Amino acid sequence: MSSIIIDVNQLTKKFKEFSAVDHVSFQVNSGEIFAFLGPNGAGKTTTIKMLTTLLLPTSGTISLNWFNPVTQQDQARASFGIVFQDPSLDDELTAYENMEFHGVLYHVPQSLRKQRIEELLNIVDLWERKDQLIKTFSGGMKRRLEIARGLVHHPKIFFLDEPTIGLDPQTRNQMWDYVAKLNQKENITVFFTTHYMEEAERIAQRLAIIDHGKIIAHGSVEDLKNLTQTSTLEAAFLKLTGKAIREEEANPSEQMRLHRQMWRGRK
Amino acid sequence: MSTIYILWLRQIKRYLRSRSRIIGSLGQPLLFLVALGFGLGPIFQKAGGGNYIDFLAPGVIAQGILFTAIFAGIELIWDRQFGFLKETLVAPVSRFEIMLGRTLGGATIATFQGIIIFGLTLLVGFRPYNLWLLPMGLVIMFIIALFFTGVGTAIASFLDDMQGFQLIMNFLVLPLFFLSGALFPLKGAPDFLSLSAKLNPLTYGVDALRDVLSNITQFGIILDISVLGVLTLLILVLGSYLFSKIQI
Ligand SMILES: Nc1ncnc2c1ncn2[C@@H]1O[C@H](COP(=O)(O)OP(=O)(O)OP(=O)(O)O)[C@@H](O)[C@H]1O
Ligand SMILES: [Mg+2]
Repeated sequence: MSSIIIDVNQLTKKFKEFSAVDHVSFQVNSGEIFAFLGPNGAGKTTTIKMLTTLLLPTSGTISLNWFNPVTQQDQARASFGIVFQDPSLDDELTAYENMEFHGVLYHVPQSLRKQRIEELLNIVDLWERKDQLIKTFSGGMKRRLEIARGLVHHPKIFFLDEPTIGLDPQTRNQMWDYVAKLNQKENITVFFTTHYMEEAERIAQRLAIIDHGKIIAHGSVEDLKNLTQTSTLEAAFLKLTGKAIREEEANPSEQMRLHRQMWRGRK
Repeated sequence: MSTIYILWLRQIKRYLRSRSRIIGSLGQPLLFLVALGFGLGPIFQKAGGGNYIDFLAPGVIAQGILFTAIFAGIELIWDRQFGFLKETLVAPVSRFEIMLGRTLGGATIATFQGIIIFGLTLLVGFRPYNLWLLPMGLVIMFIIALFFTGVGTAIASFLDDMQGFQLIMNFLVLPLFFLSGALFPLKGAPDFLSLSAKLNPLTYGVDALRDVLSNITQFGIILDISVLGVLTLLILVLGSYLFSKIQI
């Protein structure tokens, strides 16, 4: 019996009257790779923001590595690393400086910091470019750096919000291989979102599907296929969430985000 | 401590890497010094005001600090837009340290900018009356910088897009400058003007700077520094409160 490292109970986030996340409950076991799937606007990112102390829940409870992200922010924060859906590097700093900045904020001692940064930059194939400014990086290089950065402090839980968006198949495969290895070797719990169902099918041990802010299914890939009587996760996903395209009435900051994402895709 | 340092360092690096911004930002003070200094100088002298450059130079230095400091504080909006703020907000450090590091970084940059403009004033013929008071001038410059970086940060904490930026420039920064006694003496100015200047924190910064650089003062340096010091503490407290409330 494995222990539960993320425990979410009746979690709700309301923006004015609109419930972006609506009484969501799920558990993630320690050391597991967990996929959080759902159509655009389903509430994935909002849930991750509440788990990672960026947003206060309207109601419900969260236990993250046995800490409460609302009342024990620092302990909760020290427990996880995160790759955000949107870019979060400082463009005016070099790759190394971005890593260094992260290491200092997470109180990683200097010598250990140096060692880990070198190790991680080598793994994501950016060591040669460590002294270049981020603004000269391609979208894929930035993404790889963000992944490396999230690991400098050896977190217990690693959140990845659509980490492979805009990446070519080579980089995507490489990235998941590395994450899977990390999960096995270091026993890091991985919590990720993606819109590529084949990715989720291949990587995730368990998953939850959220739609309109509500969890509509969870279990292993096999469980979901059996439940829907389908042969692929993609088919199961479509059966559960329907085929209608989500028309989001995006708020201004959301629009900004989508706009930036579009441009990022082109780089 | 290391948190504050690394945030400070980040601001400094970004500043030093934007050479074109540094050079560009010197155009305005130079314009004020040349156009006003040489243009109004003779009239000022004739009216019995003394050497106008002596009067104007500290005002223009303070202007440069004001602009750079507010801008450095407001840069928080950029960090939010471009996502970097999230990276600092999920780190296991207190929001107060983050805000303090940023503010000290911004204040250092603005002070540095003030020093460069001081160099410019020397080029157009300004001579501080007592070189021994220059370190004191530096301290005053830093307090002005700290206060206005705090103001910028506080404002940026509740603005979540760049649209507000132009508004702040036009309705806060420019009036602060023009209604501060940086360009003209308050003595003899119409009542409403002198009143609004007295309610303007920059006035006390300019007055203190003028005292140590040119030996001209209206309120005296003690009052100036007391007012500015108290306001700086208040704005830092307010700023960290607002900053701690940021959600993304
Ligand atoms: N700050 C906010 N204010 C108002 N509404 C918001 C805010 N943030 C998110 N929303 C809304 O909440 C809903 C869920 O958004 P969320 O970003 O969590 O979706 P998501 O599942 O991550 O979607 P995607 O796959 O497109 O990233 C959307 O309808 C979105 O418009
Ligand atoms: Mg999302």
